[in-house]
Amino acid sequence: MNHPMSVCLTNVVVKRRQKVVLGPVNLDLAASGVTIVLGPNGAGKTTLLKVLHGVERVSEGVVQWSVPDVQARQSQAYVFQSPIMLRRSVRQNLAYPLELLGQPKSEIARQVVDWAHSIGLQNALDLPAPRLSGGERQKLALGRALIRKPKVLFLDEPCANLDGRSTREIETLLRDATQTGTRIIMTTHDLGQVRRLAGDVLFLLNGRVHEQGGASAFFTDPKTPEAKAFLEGDIVE
Amino acid sequence: MNEIWSGIQAAFWLIITLDADLVEITLRSLQVSLSALVVACVIALPFGTWLAIRRFRYRRAAIATLNALMGLPPVVVGLIVYLLLSRSGPFGVLGLLFTPSAMIIAQIIIITPLIASITHQAMRELWAEYHDLLISLNTTKRQRVMTLIWDGRRTLMTAALAGFGRAIGEVGAIMIVGGNIDHATRVLTTAIALETGKGDFALALGLGFVLIALALVVNLAIHALSRTEREGTW
Ligand SMILES: Nc1ncnc2c1ncn2[C@@H]1O[C@H](COP(=O)(O)OP(=O)(O)OP(=O)(O)O)[C@@H](O)[C@H]1O
Ligand SMILES: [Mg+2]
Repeated sequence: MNHPMSVCLTNVVVKRRQKVVLGPVNLDLAASGVTIVLGPNGAGKTTLLKVLHGVERVSEGVVQWSVPDVQARQSQAYVFQSPIMLRRSVRQNLAYPLELLGQPKSEIARQVVDWAHSIGLQNALDLPAPRLSGGERQKLALGRALIRKPKVLFLDEPCANLDGRSTREIETLLRDATQTGTRIIMTTHDLGQVRRLAGDVLFLLNGRVHEQGGASAFFTDPKTPEAKAFLEGDIVE
Repeated sequence: MNEIWSGIQAAFWLIITLDADLVEITLRSLQVSLSALVVACVIALPFGTWLAIRRFRYRRAAIATLNALMGLPPVVVGLIVYLLLSRSGPFGVLGLLFTPSAMIIAQIIIITPLIASITHQAMRELWAEYHDLLISLNTTKRQRVMTLIWDGRRTLMTAALAGFGRAIGEVGAIMIVGGNIDHATRVLTTAIALETGKGDFALALGLGFVLIALALVVNLAIHALSRTEREGTW
């Protein structure tokens, strides 16, 4: 399982109700680093992430990971835009991905406590997860994703409802994860976060990759007027 | 008026002194309906869950059939089971007619669609909620079903209780296939019908109180379950 996981998209199109919501996309993503997908609401960011993860059906084209599909999915984790909480306690939510792998109970219990500390929910372990606040749910969803130590981590607006402090905590967790070799592909509407985290940027517009490149270059010298307008907070058509 | 009042008094006396007939009939009612419930659950819970998460060709037709079966009048079920089990029917050789087994069979047919339908609804909702996560975590089919059943266990219990409530209060079908035979197939509902006909209001009311108490217990349990679900006290 120690192969690097790069991915290649060839002419990928996603249609929903005869309407093209993504594509055609041709894309190569390297096996490491932090890629941030940017774009206005409805640009297709969520769809692209799900296509990469293999949970969204593509209408045309091929998504090719550098490892076989089953192995690819197994070494990935996904944090959904609206966190999905199992109707169980926080502890059981954290334990769930490890239970699926059939790990020994004592080992699971130890990891769950460790991660609960990392995400600041150590005092909420026995609360029912569906009753957590929006921000706490997002942290729990992140912890539940990281607990399997994924090689690739997809995050769909992981800090959308978080205050400044929680955002920093999450960003620290993400940096730690990259340090241990986790590839991160995420979306955000927080340009400050892009500056703090991104290695490179994908700018999506109307379902197409409009601009792609290093983060600093994207900020200092956007190639297209749409990207420029987006960075300035103008409405992008 | 006087007659009713003395009937109520006598009924309470029967209950307090644990009248032998009353106890026997109550126990038989419980035995029949609980047996039917167990079998119905074994069929309906997996089937309802399967309907909720599996896409297949005749799924819509299956759901429509299920809902139609739920509306089947119990008397008609009784009639059909009677014909099947009667001496000249296909299962006549088993000699089940006018036995508790026949009543259990009729009740299974009556409550299985109800339990399956409630299960299907609840599981569909839960599956919609969990779908993306369970797919993302690369769960096996078995793991998915187990997760849904475990996290939906309160709703499933509610479905079972609703089925039990319907079974224990049912009269038409079991009257036909059981025959209301004393010390053999007489249960709460059929006994009430008979005693009322005979004018013995004491026993009829006593049995009625027991039936009401059972119905209350079932409803309180359903209420308590939905409360723990809503308030997330678990
Ligand atoms: N099942 C569907 N049926 C029809 N349209 C869909 C479906 N799923 C997505 N879409 C459309 O696809 C487009 C892209 O959706 P997507 O969720 O990828 O956008 P997004 O970039 O993540 O937006 P946001 O920033 O608001 O999260 C939207 O216009 C959406 O309406
Ligand atoms: Mg989105």
